[in-house]
Amino acid sequence: MSAVRLAWLIPGLPLAGVVILFLGRRHLKEPLSGWIATLMMVGAFVSAVVVFSGLHSLDEEKRQVALRGVEWIKAAGFSVRFNLLVDPLSVTMALFVTGVGSLIHLYSIGYMHGQERFTRFFTYLNLFAFSMLVLVLAGNYLFLFLGWEGVGLCSYLLISFWFERPSAARAGKKAFVTNRVGDFGFMLAMFLIFSHLGTLDILSALSSAPHLSRGTATAVALLLYLAAAGKSAQGPLFVWLPDAMEGPTPVSALIHAATMVTAGVYLLVRSHPFLEHGPAAGDVVAWVGALTALVAATIALVNFDIKRVLAYSTISQLGYMFLAVGVGAYTAAIFHMVTHAFFKALLFLGAGSVMHGMEDEQDMRFMGGLKKYMPVTAVTFMIGWLAIAGIVPFAGFWSKDEILAATWVGGAGVSAHYFLWFIGAVTALLTAFYMTRQVRLVFFSDERWRGRLHHEPHESPRIMTIPLVVLAALSVVGGALNLPKNGLKNLTEWLHVAVPVKPLEVNSFGQGFLLSTIAVVLGGIGILVGIRIYDKGLRNGEDPVRVRLGGLGRVFDRGWYLDPAVSWFVDKPGRAVAETLAQPVDQGVIDGAVNGVAAVVTGVGARVRKIQTGYVRNYALTLLSGATVVLFVFLVRGSL
Amino acid sequence: MSVPGAWYLTVAALMFCIGAIGLLVRRNALIMFMCVELMLNAVNLTFVTFARMLDDIGGQVFVFFTLVVAAAEVVVGLALIVSIFRRRQGATADDVSLLRG
Repeated sequence: MSAVRLAWLIPGLPLAGVVILFLGRRHLKEPLSGWIATLMMVGAFVSAVVVFSGLHSLDEEKRQVALRGVEWIKAAGFSVRFNLLVDPLSVTMALFVTGVGSLIHLYSIGYMHGQERFTRFFTYLNLFAFSMLVLVLAGNYLFLFLGWEGVGLCSYLLISFWFERPSAARAGKKAFVTNRVGDFGFMLAMFLIFSHLGTLDILSALSSAPHLSRGTATAVALLLYLAAAGKSAQGPLFVWLPDAMEGPTPVSALIHAATMVTAGVYLLVRSHPFLEHGPAAGDVVAWVGALTALVAATIALVNFDIKRVLAYSTISQLGYMFLAVGVGAYTAAIFHMVTHAFFKALLFLGAGSVMHGMEDEQDMRFMGGLKKYMPVTAVTFMIGWLAIAGIVPFAGFWSKDEILAATWVGGAGVSAHYFLWFIGAVTALLTAFYMTRQVRLVFFSDERWRGRLHHEPHESPRIMTIPLVVLAALSVVGGALNLPKNGLKNLTEWLHVAVPVKPLEVNSFGQGFLLSTIAVVLGGIGILVGIRIYDKGLRNGEDPVRVRLGGLGRVFDRGWYLDPAVSWFVDKPGRAVAETLAQPVDQGVIDGAVNGVAAVVTGVGARVRKIQTGYVRNYALTLLSGATVVLFVFLVRGSL
Repeated sequence: MSVPGAWYLTVAALMFCIGAIGLLVRRNALIMFMCVELMLNAVNLTFVTFARMLDDIGGQVFVFFTLVVAAAEVVVGLALIVSIFRRRQGATADDVSLLRG
C-alpha cells in the first residue's frame, strides 16, 4: 500500500521539473536544463516501477487503489477531488509513458543541441509528461479532462515550437482547433454521465454504467469516441496529425506517435463498460478504425517526406487499436499500444537521427545508401521496420496478430467482422510494403543526396543512439509481454482487474496458427514486393509505385482530398450555419429579445414618469386620497 | 357634567380637514407646515378622547410619541425652509419641483 502511494510522484516529478525549469529559465543553460528534465522523467519511471511492484504484490482483487487527493470543486452533492486511480491499466500506461518518455528526453538533449529556446523546449516536454500522466492516472473524469487539455496545449506549443516558420505556426493551430472538436464530445459525454449517474468519479461511474439505458450508454460511448477520434486522429479528424510533423522530431516521437495520440484508445478502454452496454458504438469504432487504418496506409504508400510517412503509419496503427477496441479486444488494443510505442518511437527517433545527420533533409528522394554512413541508426531502424511489418519474433507481430485474430472471431457482436478482418489484413500488407519502401529509399539504393549536402551524412552522437538501441531491444522482445503463461496471457491476466472482459480467443490452436501464418505471409509478401520494386531506389527520379498507380496514386498523394474536403465542409456548410446563427438567430431572436425587453421598460417608464410632478401638494393629495379610499373600504366591508 | 366624547371627535375631524385642505391649497411652505401641525394635533386630540372613552391609558402614551416625533419633524422641516429661503426669494412650495419626472 505504501509503495502504491508513491504514485503521486509519477506526475509530481515532471511537474517539479516544469517549476524548476520555469523559475530558473534565465540561468539554466544547455545542456543542464535537458538533464534536469530527463532526470525528472527517469525519477517518474522509477516511481512507476516501484508502484508497479507494490501493486503486483497485492491480492488480485485489491489491485484497484483510489488515492484521495485535495478537493477541487464542491457544490451541493457534486464533488471533484484530485484523486488518482492506481490499477493495472493506469500503471501499465504510466510505465510506458515514463519509460519511452525518458528515452526521448535523453535523445532530445542531443537532437536539440545548439537550438534556441533549449530550456523552454524541455519545460514543455516535462509539462507534457505531467499532463499525460495526469490523464492516465486520474481517478475522475474531470481531472482526466484536465490532463487531456494539458496534453493538447503542449501538443500545440511543441508543434509550433519553431514558430518563426509560418507552416509550423499554422500546423499547431490546426492541431489545436481539430482537437477542440473532440474535446466538445468529451464535455458532452461528461455532462451525460453526470446527469444520469450523478458522479464523475471513474470507478463509481463505470460500476453503475450497466444501469444506464441502452441509448444513453451508446450516446456516452459515441461522444467519448468523438473525443478519442480528435485526440487519436481517427476518421476525418486525422488531418492534423501529418501537419503536426512540423514540430521537432522528438516531439513527433513522444507526443504524436507513442503517447498522446494513444490517449483516445486509453479513454475508450478505461470507459469500456459504456461500450459494452451500448454495442452499436462498438460497430462505429471498429469500422472507422479499420477504414482509417486502410486510408492512412494508402497515403503512406506514395509520400516522400520521411516523417509524414511515419505520421500516416501512426494513424494507420491507431486505426488498428480502435479496431481492437471496437470488437471488444481491449487488452489487444493496450498491447498494440505498448508495442507500437516502442517501435514507432524507435522509427521516429531513427528518422530524426537521419535528418540530424543530413542537414535536416526530410525528402526521401534525396536520401539513399545511408546504411554505410549511419550504421547504428540503420540497424535499429530496420528492427523497427520488421516490428511494424509484423515479422515473427518482433513485437509488432504479436500485438497485430492478436488484433486480427480477435477481429476474425468478432466477439462483441460486431457485424461483418470477416470483412473488417480483411481490411486489417490488407492494411498489414500495405504497412509492410510502405515501410520497406522507406527503408530502401533511405538506407539502401543510390546516394541521391550527392551534390546537395555540404558534408557527408554522419552518425548521430551517442546520446541519441543509446535510446535507439534500447528501443530497438524493446521492439524485439516487447511481444513477450503477452506470451501465454499457464494457459493465460501475461498482460491479459495483469489487466484483468481493470478490464474484466473475457478476452477474445480463437476457437482452436489450428485456427490461431492459420491466422498468424496468414498475417506473417502478408507481411512477408509486402516486404518482398517492396524490396523487388525498390531494389534500385527511384527509377530515373520517378517513384515506381506512383507511376504504376497513376491517377489513384495522385488521390493517395493528396491524402484522398480529405484536407480540401474538411476545408470545404467548414467553409461552405459550416460558414452558412454560422452565418444563419449569427444574423437571424443571434442578432434577430436573441438580441431582439434583449433589446425588446429594454424598449418595453423605456416606453413604460417614459409614460409613467409624468406622474412625478415634483409638487408637494400633488403627493399630499395622492396620500390623502389613498388613505381615504382605505378608510372607506374599512367602513364598508369591515376589513380589507 | 362633562362634554360627550363625540364633540371632541367632531372638533378633531374638523381640525384635520382644515389642515388637510390647507396643505393642499396653500403655496407658502411655512403655512403648509402649520397645516401639517394642525393635522397632527387633530390626531392627538382623537387619541386622548378615545383614551378617556375606552378608559385605556395607551392612547395618551401614543400622544407622547406623536409629540416627540412632531418636535423632531419641526426641527428638520424649519431647517429645510430656512435653507430654501436663503437660496430663493420666497418660500413657495411649487418652485421646488426638482423631482419632476
